[in-house]
Amino acid sequence: MKNTEKQKMNEAPAQERINNFSEVALGYNEEQARIEAQRCIQCKKPSCVAGCPVEINIPKFIKEIASGEYSKSISTLKEKSNLPAVCGRVCPQETQCELKCILSKKGNPVAIGYLERFAADYEMKNKKDSLPVISVKKTQGHKVAIIGSGPAGLTCAGDLARAGASVTIFEALHKSGGVLSYGIPPFRLPRNILNDELNYIKSLGVEIQNNIIIGKTFSIEDLFAAGYKAVFIGAGAGLPVFPGLPGENLCGIYSANEFLTRINLMSADKFPESDTPLNIGSKTVVIGGGNTAMDSARCAIRIIKTRFPDIKPEVTIIYRRTESEMPARKEEIEHAKQEGINFEFLTQPVEFINNGDGFLSAVKCLKCELGAPDSSGRRKPVPLKNSEFIIETNTAVLALGLKPNPLVPQSLKGLKTDDEGNVIVNPETAQTSIDNVYAGGDIIGGEGTVIEAMGMGKKAAKSIINVYLNTH
Amino acid sequence: MNKILEKRKLAQDTTLMVIDTQPISAKALPGQFIILRTHDNGERIPLTIVNSNPENKTITIVFQEIGKTTKLLGRLNTGEYIHDLAGPLGHASELIKYPNKIVVIGGGVGIAELLPVTIGLKNAGNSVAGIIGARNKDLLIFEDELRKTVDELHVVTDDGSKGQKGFVTDALNNIINNGGTPENISLVYAVGPVPMMRAVSVLTLNFKIKTIVSLNPIMIDGTGMCGSCRCTINGKTKFGCVDGPEFDGHSVDWNELQTRLGQFKPFEKQSLGTI
Repeated sequence: MKNTEKQKMNEAPAQERINNFSEVALGYNEEQARIEAQRCIQCKKPSCVAGCPVEINIPKFIKEIASGEYSKSISTLKEKSNLPAVCGRVCPQETQCELKCILSKKGNPVAIGYLERFAADYEMKNKKDSLPVISVKKTQGHKVAIIGSGPAGLTCAGDLARAGASVTIFEALHKSGGVLSYGIPPFRLPRNILNDELNYIKSLGVEIQNNIIIGKTFSIEDLFAAGYKAVFIGAGAGLPVFPGLPGENLCGIYSANEFLTRINLMSADKFPESDTPLNIGSKTVVIGGGNTAMDSARCAIRIIKTRFPDIKPEVTIIYRRTESEMPARKEEIEHAKQEGINFEFLTQPVEFINNGDGFLSAVKCLKCELGAPDSSGRRKPVPLKNSEFIIETNTAVLALGLKPNPLVPQSLKGLKTDDEGNVIVNPETAQTSIDNVYAGGDIIGGEGTVIEAMGMGKKAAKSIINVYLNTH
Repeated sequence: MNKILEKRKLAQDTTLMVIDTQPISAKALPGQFIILRTHDNGERIPLTIVNSNPENKTITIVFQEIGKTTKLLGRLNTGEYIHDLAGPLGHASELIKYPNKIVVIGGGVGIAELLPVTIGLKNAGNSVAGIIGARNKDLLIFEDELRKTVDELHVVTDDGSKGQKGFVTDALNNIINNGGTPENISLVYAVGPVPMMRAVSVLTLNFKIKTIVSLNPIMIDGTGMCGSCRCTINGKTKFGCVDGPEFDGHSVDWNELQTRLGQFKPFEKQSLGTI
């Protein structure tokens, strides 16, 4: 008889995990994975696949787990996804594959993400005896340049390498992975998992050159002059939005990108063993309601616990709408609550208050109510008159969204962008307004998800393969 | 790449390094900077490119050993490598011909940063007066190089151990008042410590002389993704690394810049204590 309940994944207890940056979700063991995999009814026309931006053959890899053929399941995953250990962890499955699972109509969908993660982790742990067989065509010598080593670039690079191209990724930072490295904290994506995934991409023959800023160190024209046949821009949405509020440049106020970069990329949590500092007070507010806000708040509580073991941390998320409008993943909101993070909903900051020495002492806020739906389709928060109140705090993290990084687009004459700075591409081919230049991921449309970026990287790779590798 | 080809002490705690880096040397223009890291747990710090030589595939940096990272950098020797080096970053200086005289001002290690811009302005056909200042004569650097470049050079030291005793603003005031009228100065360009750039900007505002300063806010990535280096320019938030580092000195919120530069002071001290 089949279990109808979804297998729960073990998690580190909230009161323990806020003392460190270790992974929160602990993964399925073999027994759990097989029980969960057996819940899949193996639909003839599986709708889950259509919910996956990279169209993984979900029923097949799940069947392979159910029958204990774990190395086969990882091969099935890797036919489509170049980063299964990442996606199994950070994809919002509830709005993608699992949303479309037929079982979700009557109860819990199959835990596709957990199973993907199980297969990927199993492979990493047992590498020696279960190396997946991935066909890499003999290189045909066509050089393709990828700008950015985030999810879009890594995926595009992986697919191109497998098709026989000679691929070089140019990464501006000293570490690779883009948002996977500087943005997503280790308690959601452990660094050894990311390194293993990066090593896998390199094992396909992809070269990653760090500390190369396209638009500065080299131009795209330089890349063509150096013999690259095509260029994929996956430079991401790296430009933080500041609200333009009075006091926003006081000390103690960080963009979420700065806050997370200091911690995740520069290991400020290990200061002074690492050299990058982070100034944080025991009271911290995070402004915003997306995953970046959740990551920032959860990083904050961990650092405060370590720095001030005798003081109760007070971390508060300030959001203009209500919990149901929050763009963050439900699971992450839940994790944040378990970890003791407070939420101030229907609250809009209007001013940051100086303590007299140029440091933040409080945030002045207004209460809001929800009005008519705005252009985003969500109900617009309307500040209420005379509702002013003060939240005392030493640190504020602004997680108000990101715009496409303009360094690459501005450096290429004739590259068309929209008013927001997004690179315009043909949605069918991922080609930009310039021949041989393709783009995907957040550089073409604000902040998407990791898997959406990967889907666009795949699409661009397909176009590049069709145009250059198959016909030239 | 990133090999240190030459290392030279210019003054107490001030060191020059010539680094082998073909891509950066090919692109670097006056006014731009690099970001470097000295070791795997190291922080990223910005340093101005003092010279780039595409033929030799080298760039030159000059730094003052004031904190942990600059001290570790100073311990590296010729033949060793810089762990990470990225650039060139920031906008290049606008090196055009101005109708009237230009005054360029460098303070402390800022004198090194002044040199490439001065050469560029001179090559653009300008008449250039230079002012360099330091706490004492031992901290003056590149005096000969600048003297060769500019039409007149004024040297000032806080303690009077060389040149005129006083501040660079005293020398600037002299040039403005003795050299004729403010109208015959097209531009003042200043680089150095914040109090110095601020004092210069306050002085030139009185005379309405266009003033460009090269700001030095705290940076991490240097590519515009974090806003650590943000400054208020004319009431608007700008990023020092991508919108600058040069800005109109009369539009800078100097108090804010000075405060933000000090926001990690206790941490910097603690970090320095670990070596």
